[in-house]
Amino acid sequence: MPEPKITMKEVEQVARLARLTLSDAEKERMRRELDGILSYIDKLRALDTEGVPPTSHAVPMTNVMREDEPTASFPREDMLANAPDPAGEFFRVPRIIEE
Amino acid sequence: MPTSLTIHELGARFRCGLVRPTEAVRAYLDRVVALEPKVKAYLTVTAKAALEQAAAADARFESGTPRGPLDGIPLAIKDVLCTRGVRTTSGSKILESFVPPYDATVVARLRSAGAVILGKLNMDEFAMGSSTENSAYFTTRNPWDLARVPGGSSGGSAAAVAADLAAAALGTDTGGSIRQPAAFCGTVGLKPTYGRVSRYGLIAFASSLDQVGPFAKDVEDAALMLQVIAGHDPMDSTSATVAVPDYGAGLGQGVEGLRVGIPAEYFIDGLDPEVEAAVRAAIETLRELGAKTESVSLPHTEYGLAAYYVIAPAEASSNLARYDGVKYGLRVPGARDLIDMYSRTRGAGFGAEVKRRVMLGTYALSAGYYDAYYGKAQKVRTLVQRDFQQAFERVDVLVAPTTPGVAFKMGEREDPLQMYLNDVFTIPVNLAGLPGLSIPAGFTQTGLPIGLQIIGRPFDEATILRTAKAHEAATPWHGKKPELAP
Amino acid sequence: MIHAYEVVIGLEVHAQLLTRTKMFCGCSTAFGAPPNTQTCPVCQGMPGTLPVINRRAIEFGIRTALAINCTVNADNRFARKHYYYPDMPKNYQISQYEEPLAEHGHLDLEVGGAARRIGIQRLHLEEDVGKLIHEGNLETAQSSQVDFNRAGVPLMEIVSMPDMRTSDEAAAYLKSLRAIVVYLGVCDGNMEEGSMRCDANISLRRRGATEYGTKVEIKNMNSFKNVQHALEYEITRQARALDSGQRIVQETRLWDPDRGHTVSMRSKEFAHDYRYFPEPDLPPLDVEPAWIEAVRSSLPELPAARRQRFMNVYALNVHDAEVATQSRGLADYFETAAKASANPKTIANWVLNELLRLVPGDDDKAIAACPLTPVKLAGLITLIEDGTISGKMAKDVFETMYRSGEDARTIVSREGLAQVADAGELGVVVDQVLAQHAKVVKDWRNGKKAALGFLVGQVMKATAGKASPAVVNSLLTDKLPKV
Repeated sequence: MPEPKITMKEVEQVARLARLTLSDAEKERMRRELDGILSYIDKLRALDTEGVPPTSHAVPMTNVMREDEPTASFPREDMLANAPDPAGEFFRVPRIIEE
Repeated sequence: MPTSLTIHELGARFRCGLVRPTEAVRAYLDRVVALEPKVKAYLTVTAKAALEQAAAADARFESGTPRGPLDGIPLAIKDVLCTRGVRTTSGSKILESFVPPYDATVVARLRSAGAVILGKLNMDEFAMGSSTENSAYFTTRNPWDLARVPGGSSGGSAAAVAADLAAAALGTDTGGSIRQPAAFCGTVGLKPTYGRVSRYGLIAFASSLDQVGPFAKDVEDAALMLQVIAGHDPMDSTSATVAVPDYGAGLGQGVEGLRVGIPAEYFIDGLDPEVEAAVRAAIETLRELGAKTESVSLPHTEYGLAAYYVIAPAEASSNLARYDGVKYGLRVPGARDLIDMYSRTRGAGFGAEVKRRVMLGTYALSAGYYDAYYGKAQKVRTLVQRDFQQAFERVDVLVAPTTPGVAFKMGEREDPLQMYLNDVFTIPVNLAGLPGLSIPAGFTQTGLPIGLQIIGRPFDEATILRTAKAHEAATPWHGKKPELAP
Repeated sequence: MIHAYEVVIGLEVHAQLLTRTKMFCGCSTAFGAPPNTQTCPVCQGMPGTLPVINRRAIEFGIRTALAINCTVNADNRFARKHYYYPDMPKNYQISQYEEPLAEHGHLDLEVGGAARRIGIQRLHLEEDVGKLIHEGNLETAQSSQVDFNRAGVPLMEIVSMPDMRTSDEAAAYLKSLRAIVVYLGVCDGNMEEGSMRCDANISLRRRGATEYGTKVEIKNMNSFKNVQHALEYEITRQARALDSGQRIVQETRLWDPDRGHTVSMRSKEFAHDYRYFPEPDLPPLDVEPAWIEAVRSSLPELPAARRQRFMNVYALNVHDAEVATQSRGLADYFETAAKASANPKTIANWVLNELLRLVPGDDDKAIAACPLTPVKLAGLITLIEDGTISGKMAKDVFETMYRSGEDARTIVSREGLAQVADAGELGVVVDQVLAQHAKVVKDWRNGKKAALGFLVGQVMKATAGKASPAVVNSLLTDKLPKV
């Protein structure tokens, strides 16, 4: 039996990093499915990529910039229109407890 | 029947006054009402606004000042593209009530061209999926067999065009999400070169792979759509400054002397025999029309899927971090504190596939795993790209199946890995950033569409369109329509 | 105790750039707008939006990098730094990670008479976050409010090597860095308002040890003084802890200026996993050598060099040179005036004392708008030198010049302020004064030297201040013994 690619503890850590609440059933299913996918992805290891540069942009470009000229900002009402909890001029959020 | 016409046919009737835009739009809206209970392609229909836009187009035609080939043409937009003042969900519950205050650049360009927007089309949530079964709302049906999927993630777009519920539609393609549903639904579907079309206003899934492209009833229509949406956008730093050619000119040039490559690795054991037969017949058709074919090798094809399933989820996990209940979209009430609010909102607002990919992507980017996963996958990506570069030294286009099989039944592919294998022929094209399209190449014995994929050099959409047009003109497939009674 | 340990300090400075627009969108960066009125879908992180790099921000980064002796990396790129916080619209910050704009620089300081070189590890660009307002304070607030006006403003982060060994060095480094960025016009250096922020990393180790001790991050120091006090507090705190055998916890602590101590931020002892990866929405930068050279040749003379030159050329002492170069505007003013005058030392005196009384020394705008131009000041000094007016009268003329913007000569002639130096004319007045104040004359004879000053004052009064003090003094000294 091959080593599991991902443990339940790792699933919980990753869920915390990703700010996702998962039920116990979801966590177990997630562990199994991720395990399968990670095993599949492992075939990449077989490839020799020594000296191969990574591609982060499919079509190479450099130096795309704009001038420091102001453009009109959007009216506040437009920006707050979709807010789940607008508070006057602000977006309101529940209390913040440092981790 | 205006709804069975292509864009160029309908446009001709507008210009000679045989049909008015408002008539065409009304005909489409009526058909939507009649058939939507069966097909379920639309998430939002914007009937009132569409009729207003149509009336404006009427006036332009009457005064002899139409804007161009798309003026007055009824189109629909995949719900992954922001439309100002119109709800845009990306197929997700987390954006169920989101109304963007701005248009995506491609939408703005269609509007400027006078196109009429009928509504927003269903899709797999956040464009993650190959069947539209991952939509948080409902699954769109394949018009050729309502028990089967239309493909994904642009399932609504493909089904709408196949069922004449829009004259054409916009979709997006990250790993095959235009080409695969086009193949499953028997339409034309084009993914342009990465950077050819602006991504501004496209709700991001995988930034280095996403592209917007058209679904159309024939190749000429696809060229007309591409002409309007292509071109540099200063709001998108990854959009190319390469000049946009006239895609219509040379469309009918034919394929005499064209060098066509057939990638050996795309004819694998698992390929449906009927799909293989149709594709080989299409290749034969091209030979008869004067093309020169030869076998080429893309040796890293089998690694493309694995590389994609690291890169795309990694970028997605980052792009989806913003959906947190603070500024827009869903917020689950009753949370204890901020972190609880984040987690509950994302837990409730995202579906299973999205959560899976966010988890996978977060893992691949996390400390200690970056080099082994993301870093490695980006290098494999280079190898995949080089395969194509080498092939294109000898040939001008590549021709292959779009998918290993045809449209499957709803609920049939439950294992995520099984589902991912749908995209094995389309993914490498996204990794390499190349243009690719799918056109109808026949049907199975049971009447399900089969797609032919044509892949080109960067920014050479003109050649793949020309090749597609030659095949289309010599075959009867594009004229067939599914039997759909209201 | 403390001297048993070597203190190791590194500083991380974030400077808000004086560009007109944000780092990745065209919203204005102007200070003081009503909440959430300087935003757009891009800086609010709305779905589908994309960043576009502000060229001037890159230029400001290059300018600063050159001024602090860094190597500019031609190939550099942006990266995403992930963490969840409500002031971060996308829940990732676009910053730079493995390929920053510049590296390997240094600042040369003078601290307590000794020359010290502090290494600079890197300089990179990133976007600022929004403002969080807690109802009450962070510990007790039931909710918080977010204003995204500041989100997306360009920030330049400068990270020093852990080369500082005392809080004085840290303060000197900070002052020097601030002077440079203000001189370059890339940042207004206002620590109280938050356009320049400083975090410190500090650890202690036994003298002679080669390994670094556990470092503690200190935040919330919004002035040079606070930086110095916070570091001094930390040094004591850590030394005491180490002395009593305690372990230093790796954590972030906030400086509380009211209570004069640092407080732990309740953070766990693990590092954030920022999941950095190259920003896919932004093609990398390839800074052309021609651009770097163009920026280099447009660099102004930097504070340290200018200070030295003022000392060499204008014979200013160290303190005066420092004050005169506290801002580019003031240094320019002084130099223009000094060049127009034969007496730079007097000019220095007037600029650093009289002018600075009226105009804040680091407010370049106010100095530029000052109606009393450098050339006019030089004109005033000339009138003193050639005896037209007395030094005391000059002060009044100075005030008038500042208010009206007129030149000295105009004012003096209009108001008839020219000094009277004629010995004959003054002699008459002196005689009158001596006659009126016989008692004081007697006091002087009895040895009260202050009586002379009084008599001088009386002559000045009688001449409405116009008498030449030198002549009056000499006449009195001459006449008194003879009365």
